Amino acid sequence: MQSTSPNFTQNAKDALQDDPLQAALAKLTDGFPIQRLEAAARLPEFEDLRDEARDIKTHVLENLDLYLEAYEKKVVESGGHVHWCQTAEDARETILKICQNANAKTVTKSKSMISEEIAVNDFLEENGIEPVETDLGEYIIQLRDEPPSHIIAPAIHLSKEQVADTFRDAHTDLEKDRPLDEPRALLEEARAKLRTKFLSADVGLTGANMLIAETGTNVLVTNEGNADLTNNLPRVHIVIASIEKIVPTLEDATTILRVLARSATGQDISVYTTFCTGPRQLNDLDGPEEYHVVLLDNGRTDMIGSEFHEMLRCIRCGACLNHCPVYKSVGGHAYGWVYSGPMGAVLIPNLIGMEEAQHLPHASTLCGKCESVCPMRIPLPKMLRRWRERQFKAELGSTRARWALKSWVWLVKRPRIYRLAMNMSVAILGQIGFRGRFKSLPFAKGWTSKRDLAAPTGDTFLSQYHNGARGDQSGELIRRGGRK
Amino acid sequence: MSNNTSPRVGLFATCLVDLMRPVVGFAAVKLLEDAGCIVDVPVAQTCCGQPAYNAGDTSDTIDIARQVITSFENYDYIVVPSGSCGGMLKHHYIELFEGDSEWAPRAQAFADKTHELLSFLDDIMKVSLTGLKLDATVAYHDSCSGLRELEIKKQPRALLNAVDGLNLVEGTEAETCCGFGGLFCVKYPDISEKMVDAKVDDIVATGADTLVAGDLGCLMNIAGRLQRRNIDIKVRHTAEILANMTHGPAIGDPMDDA
Repeated sequence: MQSTSPNFTQNAKDALQDDPLQAALAKLTDGFPIQRLEAAARLPEFEDLRDEARDIKTHVLENLDLYLEAYEKKVVESGGHVHWCQTAEDARETILKICQNANAKTVTKSKSMISEEIAVNDFLEENGIEPVETDLGEYIIQLRDEPPSHIIAPAIHLSKEQVADTFRDAHTDLEKDRPLDEPRALLEEARAKLRTKFLSADVGLTGANMLIAETGTNVLVTNEGNADLTNNLPRVHIVIASIEKIVPTLEDATTILRVLARSATGQDISVYTTFCTGPRQLNDLDGPEEYHVVLLDNGRTDMIGSEFHEMLRCIRCGACLNHCPVYKSVGGHAYGWVYSGPMGAVLIPNLIGMEEAQHLPHASTLCGKCESVCPMRIPLPKMLRRWRERQFKAELGSTRARWALKSWVWLVKRPRIYRLAMNMSVAILGQIGFRGRFKSLPFAKGWTSKRDLAAPTGDTFLSQYHNGARGDQSGELIRRGGRK
Repeated sequence: MSNNTSPRVGLFATCLVDLMRPVVGFAAVKLLEDAGCIVDVPVAQTCCGQPAYNAGDTSDTIDIARQVITSFENYDYIVVPSGSCGGMLKHHYIELFEGDSEWAPRAQAFADKTHELLSFLDDIMKVSLTGLKLDATVAYHDSCSGLRELEIKKQPRALLNAVDGLNLVEGTEAETCCGFGGLFCVKYPDISEKMVDAKVDDIVATGADTLVAGDLGCLMNIAGRLQRRNIDIKVRHTAEILANMTHGPAIGDPMDDA
């Protein structure tokens, strides 16, 4: 998809004015984070599991080539096919070819962020194949022709009224007086439409939460069961996954599952967890006749060994979005591409380029909440700083801000001159700020547009202190401090 | 108070305290001296370099870090009345010098004896405050770096609880960022406004008449927004209360309003 990341500032402004979005985001604050906290509290070993999960992925990334080859071998042994794709274009072409070989007219899809990343829906449509999203949230945004605004809750930005309007627009056979006020009614409407698609689809396209090297299995986690109908009913099952989704063993997969849902939604485990291994076997009652795995690189190997290496541990739980005060203020669309929040701000520049996404690493207070909840303990703030560093080296961003910083640095490195300059500035600001604060200051508009600015309260601390002042200690209450 | 065993403390006042709110510096000196420290305020100090670091200007940050380490490394302790600058001195300086055989050990030794003021008083000096009185309902804001980089949570609350008459109340979002974020608040003022409004609403809901925190950046941001919204809640650095230096104006208040 075409990114709108360069317009982040305007996107954010618009998002802040969007009342239904703000109402939806307010609900997010009371939902997932509290549920995560409760789920973690129910599991005493939760913090240890986070360490274990991190170590599993760290180990995988150090031996990725070996595990990928081992995984491929197992997939082939079980009768499946593995397609190695370096770019998004390769992956789209590969998927199209498999669909064409199957004479596919309809492709059902369960939610996959990688499929968003490679924008496969548009491509299939251009080639005369109908892709149908079957995750409720994805189905809604597909009807609205919008990107997901959250990696696990793609339509979280919408109210149920907006969803009802969307269905009325898209489902032309829907009776006008049929009530769609309740979530259940919306669900039933979508379910009825999707049921016929599930049954008529020629190909089912799913993502993978994990790929298990030991068995050649892909793991699918959903709350709606739509992935199971997607991978089981059509004649062909295609899995699209990026290469870092590998874990060594079934045991490792279950360790990661124990932190995944708890971090994401606060569930102990999602409603459906499915393990798919190869096509239908001789005595199987159901399952696809063909099983294909499209393994995508799309920039991942460039991240290995770089300062963004640890980002490849990400299991896409969305905890960093749910806890990010910036995400909760503006929602996912403001970030301008398929990912969002802190993980998006680190990942997007890797995928669409640092210049295109240059706002994103700055749109953070580096408050550290994301890192504190990340099940894989990814140092997201540190990586945002690394992007800022790369940008600074490449001289991206406003020249004025750069010069302001450089002048300030020049002063900071020269304590004597700095002292003189600060004494002067404080004297001037103190004079004009005699009311204690400023309502507006021409050189500090960014600040004073939203808040008052406290004025300096006198000479600098250092000059007062070295002139013998010790502060106002005239209070009638004497405080004595001492050691316990 | 001082004798041979008294620790020698270099006070890193921080640029914001130096420029905007000297009373925090005086309060820090008083608290440290009352705790038995010999306090020095080196004149060569300017800023910890965080604005440059967060802007991606690493090479200048390294120069600034060298300057700070050189001016302070001979003290027994370096104490800083800010969690944010404290996190910079204690954690990020080490990252800056990774792999530098001369400076990495110096940064590590410097970090090991650097402490944020309130955690230093509570954890290291084991201070117990007596004879303090302030009739106020006080909400405490956990600044992000103090909380998450330095694990400052209990110490300021323990110290504040020793003040007679002070009723400490907790906001449900005490640990949520106030939206300051250094240059973030001027680069993205709209998002910052949304965040600081959420913070202000949370503080108002506690019924507090005073807000305190350990970081002047957050305090100026929150005070400025409270004042823009005409909400009468006084904002002060925790050290001002603990040093009984609340006779002057609160942050952003006029001089005669004390």
